[in-house]
Amino acid sequence: MRPQRLLRAVPEAQRAIIAMAATAAAGGLVIVWQADQLAGILATATTRAPAPARLAGPLAVLAAIIAIRVAVMGLHAEAAARGAAGIKAGLRSRLLRRLGEQAGAAPPAGETAVLLSRGLDALDPYLTGYLPQLVLAAVVPLAVIARLALADWVSTVIVVLTLPLIPVFGILVGKSTGAAVARQWGTLSRLGDHFLDVIAGLPTLRCFDRARAQAQTVRRLADAHRRATMRTLRIAFLSALILELVAAFSVALIAVPLGLRLLDGQVTLRVGLLVLLLAPEAYLPLRALGSRFHASAEALTVAGQAFALIDRPPPGPVPAAPPGGAGLRLDAIVVRYPGRPRPALDKVTLALAAGERVALVGPSGAGKTTLLKVALGLVTPDEGGVGRDGARPGPGDFAWVPQHPHLFAATIAGNIRLGQPGASDAAVRAAAAAAGADAFIAALPGGYQARLGERGQGLSAGQRQRIGIARAFLRDAPVLLLDEPTAHLDAATEEAVLAATVRLMAGRTTLIVAHRPAVLRYVDRVVALRDGQLVAPGQAPRSDALADRGDGGRPREMARTRPTSASEEDA
Amino acid sequence: MSSASPLAALRPYARRIALAGAVGALAELAGLALMATSAWLICRAAQQPALSALSEAIVAVRGFAVLRGALRYAERLVSHDAVLRALADLRGRVYAALVPAGAATGHSGETLTSVVADVEAISDIALRCLLPAVAALLVAVAGTALSAILVPASALPLALGLLLAGVVVPAATGVATARASAGIAAARGELAARTVDLIDGREDLLAFGATEAAVATADAAAARLARLERATARHAGIAAAAGFLIRGATMVTVLLVSIGAAHGHRLGVVMISVVTLTALLAFEPAAALPEAAQRLARGYAALRRVTAILAAAPAVPDPACPAPAPTGPVTLRVRGLRVRYAASAPPAVRDLDLDLAPGSRVVLVGPSGAGKSTALAALMRLVEFDGGTVRLNGVDLRDYAGDAIRRAVSGALSDGHVFNATLRANLLLARPGATGEQLDEALRRARLLDWVRGLPAGLDTVTGPGGQQLSGGQRRRLILARAFLADPPVLVLDEPTEGLDPQTADEVLRDVLRPGPQAVLLVTHHLTGLEGASEVIVLDQGAVAGRGAPADVLAPPGHLTSPGPGDLVGGARGR
Repeated sequence: MRPQRLLRAVPEAQRAIIAMAATAAAGGLVIVWQADQLAGILATATTRAPAPARLAGPLAVLAAIIAIRVAVMGLHAEAAARGAAGIKAGLRSRLLRRLGEQAGAAPPAGETAVLLSRGLDALDPYLTGYLPQLVLAAVVPLAVIARLALADWVSTVIVVLTLPLIPVFGILVGKSTGAAVARQWGTLSRLGDHFLDVIAGLPTLRCFDRARAQAQTVRRLADAHRRATMRTLRIAFLSALILELVAAFSVALIAVPLGLRLLDGQVTLRVGLLVLLLAPEAYLPLRALGSRFHASAEALTVAGQAFALIDRPPPGPVPAAPPGGAGLRLDAIVVRYPGRPRPALDKVTLALAAGERVALVGPSGAGKTTLLKVALGLVTPDEGGVGRDGARPGPGDFAWVPQHPHLFAATIAGNIRLGQPGASDAAVRAAAAAAGADAFIAALPGGYQARLGERGQGLSAGQRQRIGIARAFLRDAPVLLLDEPTAHLDAATEEAVLAATVRLMAGRTTLIVAHRPAVLRYVDRVVALRDGQLVAPGQAPRSDALADRGDGGRPREMARTRPTSASEEDA
Repeated sequence: MSSASPLAALRPYARRIALAGAVGALAELAGLALMATSAWLICRAAQQPALSALSEAIVAVRGFAVLRGALRYAERLVSHDAVLRALADLRGRVYAALVPAGAATGHSGETLTSVVADVEAISDIALRCLLPAVAALLVAVAGTALSAILVPASALPLALGLLLAGVVVPAATGVATARASAGIAAARGELAARTVDLIDGREDLLAFGATEAAVATADAAAARLARLERATARHAGIAAAAGFLIRGATMVTVLLVSIGAAHGHRLGVVMISVVTLTALLAFEPAAALPEAAQRLARGYAALRRVTAILAAAPAVPDPACPAPAPTGPVTLRVRGLRVRYAASAPPAVRDLDLDLAPGSRVVLVGPSGAGKSTALAALMRLVEFDGGTVRLNGVDLRDYAGDAIRRAVSGALSDGHVFNATLRANLLLARPGATGEQLDEALRRARLLDWVRGLPAGLDTVTGPGGQQLSGGQRRRLILARAFLADPPVLVLDEPTEGLDPQTADEVLRDVLRPGPQAVLLVTHHLTGLEGASEVIVLDQGAVAGRGAPADVLAPPGHLTSPGPGDLVGGARGR
C-alpha cells in the first residue's frame, strides 16, 4: 500500500498532518540555530574568559532559542496527537460505515473488532514517529550542510561525502543480512509459537496427564528460541553497527583535521566549534529513520488491511419484481455462490397474497434461508426481482425472525426496540408479553433495563428467540419472514416459542421456513424447495411436503397430505 | 514497593538486566567522551600549542569513535540476550505455575493464551523500560561526577536537572498514562463490542432498518476513543518538551557557571566546552525515559497478572499423601455435588447425583450455561467442588492425586486443543505407545479414517497452528479420536458432535453409546442418536430438571419426537 493513500484518506486530519510536518521542519531549523549560538558563546568564553555578565546578551538569546524550540516541540506534539488520532478516527469511521453496508459476506467479527480497536494503534509509531523523522531527515541534513558551507567548506565536503554512506551502507548491509535473517525466521517463529501452542493446549495436556512432561520441553524450546534469535540478531544488528561506526568515524574524521587546521590558524575557534556541534546533527536523523523503518512497514500493513475492508464494494440494489402477489412476490430469483457448481436458487418464483401464510420446507442446503434473505435484501440475487404488487419493498415492510437472532450488547428493551427505536416502554412490554418473554425479562436483575453481554450472553437460546419475536411484534410490519424460529430448542421451550410465533403470524403475510411438522398446522400453504428449485406447491392447509433424503436429490412425490400427528411414526 | 510488587516477576533477572544496562551506559559514555574530547581538541588547538600536545587527544577521539560503535553493538546483543534468557526462564516458570489444575486463570483456553502475550509484554518491559533506566542512571551519575570534579558548582544544577528529567518527568508521564489507559481500555472494549454487533448483527440491523443507528453508536464509541488517544499522545509530547526545557535550562546554567569559573581562573578555558557538552549529553539516555515510563504503565497490568499466576496456590490442591491410583474398572458415585466459582456466586452445579459403573452410558443435556461442562470439570478434578461427595471406587475423590484421577476419568473436553504437530503426534498424546491398528480404530470410530487415508501425508500431515489446516468438524473429530484412543475406564465427552452434520453426529453418538465395558459420560445438545443411553439427565441453571431413560426424557407423551434438524426427513424415513 502506498503511504500517500493513508495520509490523504482522512481529509479532516490533513491540516494536523501538515502542521506536524511543518513543526518538525521548524524544529530541525531551530537545532541549527541553537548550535550556532552555542558555538559563538563557547568560542568567546574560551578565547577571552570574560565575566559571565559580559555574555548575558548571547546567553539570553540562547535561552530564548531553547524556549522557541520547546514551544515548537509542544506545537508539534499537539499536531502529531491530532493528526494520529484524527487519521485513526477517520479510518474507524469509514470502516464502521462500510461494515454497516455489508449484507452478505462480512469480514470475521473478532479480527475486525481487534483491527478497529487495538490494531490501528500500529499506525501511531508511523504517524508520530516515522513521519516526523522523515521530515527531519529531509530538512536537517540540508540545513546543516548549508550552514557549514557558509563556515568551512572542507568540513562541508567531508559531511557531504560521508552522509550518503549511511543510506548506502544501510541498504547494502540490509540486503546482505536480509537473506540470512529470513532463513532464520522460519525456525524462530516455529520456536516462538510453541509456547502459545502448549499454553493453549494445557487443558488437553492436563486431561491426558501430559502437562508436567511438557514443562522441560517448554524450557528447552525457549532456550533454543533464544539461541536462534541471538544468531539472527548478531547478523541483523551488523547494519546498525556499520551505521553507528560511519557516524562516529565521521565525527572523528571532522574533528581531527579541524584541530590540525586550528593549529595552523586556518579556521577560527567559532567555526571549529560550530562544525563540531552541527556535524553529528546531520547524521542523527538518517540513523533514527533507519531504526523506525520497521514500525513503518508494520503500520502500512495494518493500513492495507483497513483499506482492503474500506474498498469492498457495497452490494447492489435488488430489482423490483413485476406486478402480482399483493403480499410479497419473488420473481425468477437466481442466486449463485462462487465456487459452487449449481446455483443456490434457480429461477424461484413465489407469490404470496396479502395476509397469506406460507411455509417453506425442504432438506437443509435447499436454499430456504437464502430465499428469505433475498426477500429481505440481505442477499442480492444474480437474476430476478422482489416486489410487493410491482413496487420495490420499502424499508418498513418486513419483520424478520432468524434462526439465531443477534442480540446486541445493550439493554433488553434496546434490543426489542431494534426496528422501532422510538417505541414507548408500554409498547415494548406489550411486544415482550405477546412473545411470551415478559415473565423471564421481569425476573432478570434490572428487568427491561438489564444489559446483555456480547452476543446476548446470559440468556438461553429460547429466551433469545423470544426477544427476536418480541422485536418482530414491536416492528408491526405487514410482511413477516421467519427462519425456523423453533430450531435448536428443547421440547418445552419450542412449545412456548411456537405459540408466540402463531400469535405473531395472525393477519400478516408470512413466509416461514419450517423444519418441524408442528408449524404446518398454522399455515395456508406449504411449498418445498430442493436444490434451489421450487418442486411442488402444496395446496391445502395442514399439508406436509416431504423430501426423501435417500433418493439422490431427484424431486419426486413432494406434496402429500398427512395429519401432523403422523410425526409419532418417527418414534 | 512491597514484596508483592509486580516487578518481583523480574527480580531473578535483575543482575543480567543491570549488566546489560551497564554496557548500554558505557556506549553512551563513549559517545559523550567522543564529543567532549573532540571539543577539548578543538579548543586546545585554537590556542595553537605544539602538535604533540594534541596527539593524545587525537588518538582518544579515534578510539572513542570505534568504542562507541562497538559498545553499541555489544549493548544490543547483551541486552537482547539478557531479556531472552529472562523470557525463556519466565515461560518455564509460568508454565509450571499453570500446570496444576484450576490455577489462577481458570481453565479457559482464551484466558490462557492471553498469558502468552503477558509474558511477552514483560520481556518488552525489561528491554525497553528497565535497561534504559539503568543506563540513564549510570550516565547521569558519571556525568555529574565528572562535572563535580571539573566545576564543583555545576554539579548541583546538573544533578537537579537530571533528577527532574530522568525521574520526575517520566514518573508523571507514567502516572498520567496509567490513569488514561483504564479509560482507553474501556473505550476500546466498547468499540470492539460495537464492531462485533455491527458485523454479527448486520442482517438483523438491515432487516429492521437499524443499521444507521448502529453505525452512529459505534462511531460515537470511536470518537470517545479518539479523544482519549489524543490526550495520551499529548502526554508524550508534553513530556518530551518538558524534558528538553529542563535539559536546555540546565545546559545554560552549567555554561554560565563554567564561564564564571574560567573567569575566576578555577577552570581552564578549554574545559568550558567540555563541561557544557558533558552536561548536554548526560541527558541523552534520560530523554528516552518518559516513553519507557509510558510503556511500563501500559504493561503494568500484564506484570501484575503474571505475578499473580506465579504466586497463586493451585485452586485444586493435591493431597499430601495421595491414595494409590485406581486400577481396573472404575465406579464413580456422586451425591449432592455442588460447584461454585466464587463464594458469593450462585452455584454453577447443585444437588447433582450421578452413578457411573462399567457399562454405564449417562448423558447430560441442557441449555448452554446449565452447568454440564462444570460438572465434568469437577469430576475430573479440574475445578474444586464445595459441596457433596464424590467417591471413585469408594475412595473420596479429594484423596487422589489429580493426575491419577485424570488417568481414570478422561476424554474430550470442550476446550480440546489440536497441537501444531502431525495428526499422529496429536493422537499419540493420549496414549504414547498406541499401535497403528489402535490409531486406525480410534479414527474410524470418530468417522475420520477415510479422510486421513485420503491425505497425501496420511497421519504425518501437520495440522498447522491451532489446527488451521483442518476444518472445524475435522478438528472436533480428531479430538474425539484422541479420546477414543485414550480409552480411559470412564470416557468423558463434552459436545463431541459440535460442527458435525446431523447425520454424522447421530452416527457418532450411537457409536459412543453402544454397549461396552467402559463407562461413558456424555454432554451434548444434540438430542438424537441417544437411544443407547442408560440415563439422560437434564440440567437447567445448575440443577437437575429431569432424568430418566432417553425415551421418557427426550420425548414426553403427546409431543414431537426427534426434535433435531431434519425431522421432516425423519418422518419420511419412518413411514
